[in-house]
Amino acid sequence: MHRAKPSGFRISKRVLPYLLSLPALLVCIGILIPFLTSVVYSFQRYRLSQPWARQFNWGDNYISFFTDPKFWNTLEISLLYAGITVGLELLLGLGIAMLLQKRSSLNNFISIMLLMPLMTAPALAALMWKLMTNPGFGVLSYLASLIGLQDFRWASSPSTALLTVVLVDIWVYTPFIMILLLAGLRSLPTQPFEAAALDGVPRSFVFFRITLPMLTPYILTATLFRLLDSIQQFDIIYAMTQGGPGDTLTVFQVEAYLNFFQSTNVGRSAALMIILWAITYFLSNIFIKNWLRLRERARGQA
Amino acid sequence: MHEKEKDLLDAFLRGQVDRRGLIKGLGAMGLAASTAGVLLNLGQTRALAADFDWQAHKGKTIKLLLNKHPYADAMIADLDNFKQLTGMNVTYDVFPEDVYFDKVTAALSASSPEYDAFMTGAYMTWTYGPAGWITDLNEWIKDPAKTNPKYAWDDFLPGVRNSCAWNGKPGGALGSEDAKQWCIPWGFEQNNITYNKAMFDKAGVKLPGNMDELVAAAAKLTKDVGGGVYGIGVRGSRSWATIHPGFLSAYANFDQKDLNVSADGKLSAAMATAESKAFHKQWVQMIQESGPKDWSTYTWYQVGTDLGAGASAMIFDADILGYFMNGGSNKMAGQLAFSAFKANPAAKAPTPNIWIWSLSMSNFSKDKDATWYFMQWASGLDHCLFGATKMDFVNPVRQAVWKDEMFREKLNKSYPGYVDMFDASAPGASIKFTAQPLFFDLTTEWAATLQKMVAKEVPVDEGLDKLAESINGQLKEAGLG
Repeated sequence: MHRAKPSGFRISKRVLPYLLSLPALLVCIGILIPFLTSVVYSFQRYRLSQPWARQFNWGDNYISFFTDPKFWNTLEISLLYAGITVGLELLLGLGIAMLLQKRSSLNNFISIMLLMPLMTAPALAALMWKLMTNPGFGVLSYLASLIGLQDFRWASSPSTALLTVVLVDIWVYTPFIMILLLAGLRSLPTQPFEAAALDGVPRSFVFFRITLPMLTPYILTATLFRLLDSIQQFDIIYAMTQGGPGDTLTVFQVEAYLNFFQSTNVGRSAALMIILWAITYFLSNIFIKNWLRLRERARGQA
Repeated sequence: MHEKEKDLLDAFLRGQVDRRGLIKGLGAMGLAASTAGVLLNLGQTRALAADFDWQAHKGKTIKLLLNKHPYADAMIADLDNFKQLTGMNVTYDVFPEDVYFDKVTAALSASSPEYDAFMTGAYMTWTYGPAGWITDLNEWIKDPAKTNPKYAWDDFLPGVRNSCAWNGKPGGALGSEDAKQWCIPWGFEQNNITYNKAMFDKAGVKLPGNMDELVAAAAKLTKDVGGGVYGIGVRGSRSWATIHPGFLSAYANFDQKDLNVSADGKLSAAMATAESKAFHKQWVQMIQESGPKDWSTYTWYQVGTDLGAGASAMIFDADILGYFMNGGSNKMAGQLAFSAFKANPAAKAPTPNIWIWSLSMSNFSKDKDATWYFMQWASGLDHCLFGATKMDFVNPVRQAVWKDEMFREKLNKSYPGYVDMFDASAPGASIKFTAQPLFFDLTTEWAATLQKMVAKEVPVDEGLDKLAESINGQLKEAGLG
């Protein structure tokens, strides 16, 4: 009997690890090149409309932010938007998940139906809400008038614009948190709950001392995803108000988009993006550290 | 073709018979208008080919980047004539306006040779030109070997033609001696009043003759027409597009400017004057009293559709927006009328700021000579006449089209007051902005300030002072102030 002939294609053991990690390396390079280019741009005075004036101004783009009220407004509104949307979505998502916790065909059906907004592109959701809040024929404007809110201006008034875009964000993204937390709730071990029921522990005690701590890793994961997404919000806000009225909603991405595509101010746009990256990096670090600490603690208890 | 018909066509092409005479004549010979049109196009193709080597680039293909617009539709409808005339092939991508300029910026900033020519606004060329993305077209226009002798560059309305030419120096006058022709005007819009005559009659309101009367008329219409109809539609979104239509046209009528240009070429904000403040107060009051409730989200589309649907009594916006709303399936189709508007009682004539859809040549085009063949055909008299009389190619930029009887008759029949409006305001029509690289920064911030004023977040005087201060800071930072 003949032995199968070894194929001529051989990879030495030394090269193999590099070869196997090549795809990841390529992706990494694909991310790093634009990132590093942006870092370089952010240190330049660079407007496409004034190519002759392009030069390194090192930190000037960043330093000018400190004295620029528009930048502080952008920072404030971005954090506020992210904080409010994620906070409210967490509360609502958790509430809905708890209502649907029990496995039944009705609950499963409802949870799938509630996912529908998540399947709508946020820009389309924003346009839908724009129509629904139209003062002439919008159904929400009609409903607002029924409860005595005549002339409620929704996204077109500075006092209610934030509320309106937050509502759209909640409508689109609450299902995301709901489905993550529902999966978490349904995977929790049943023994602690059964023991608590036997001992007649009050429900609020069960919720705060058993459910919530056990659910924390899921809550952290959901919050991290949503927070990173929400602080980078663009489509809902741009489609509804273009950052207005006035400077009410000029969040990072809207400001950076207008700086690049309209003003062709590449330097300022890149600097804004790098600051946004630094914020998200900082936030993700906090979350991941806490998440790891929780995992360690859970292992320690086991 | 029969000899008689051929003779008549040739007489027309020699200029001995006008267009109407030609169609009538052909009709008398038993030809339907549509057939006559086809014959005419064929005849023109033949005539064009007679004096100029249109086939010089036969077999080549050029690619266009187009905005979804009636001008582009008219061109596409006539494209076979170009292909037949030149033996060239033309391909194109069409994008909706929402994303169109992002696509242009992306393609040009990447030095992409994909597109040879594209549609643009004149304002955009203030970025594209200095950035080195587009070509100075004087090189072709002034070269008799490359441009058809019948092209008649002088036939373009002077204010419109000059508005597309800039020397690239911040604050440099448009159309100056040393100006570069960054784009060829194609179709343009003046900002005037389009109104719903029945609503005006119902409320007993006369056509306003100045800004005071406009504010009063809009308020009376809001009060008296009923059914939730509001008096006046103007744009209000946080964008340059809010500043350039009615707002700047009226502002310029009071001799107000966006920027001052000093003798040494430095720029400074010019909107904090007493006259400007008085005008802003009136404008803000008009929107607060008689504008749409969600004015701060209003773009071209909302202003137009409200007028077309009978939700507003008039607009102070692009005349062609009123034109489009007076046709198609709009509820108010056939019920709208047009009027030139002079905001300043002391002014002699209206001074509409204009938006010009133009054609630019990409600097990255691989065959600029062939691209120019397309551009001169698309902006030539024959295509303009075709677009204006058969399609919705309004407003044409060529004076000869405005003199064409068939075109004037078409407008007079279905668009009452349009021709008179045009004649009254065209002499004063031009771009009223100062050409400079921070155009979009300045106008977006101006629009945001107007939004704050209308929402009563800031008083008009204080808002304009802050705006001027901020703009001066940005100009200095950019080395322009």
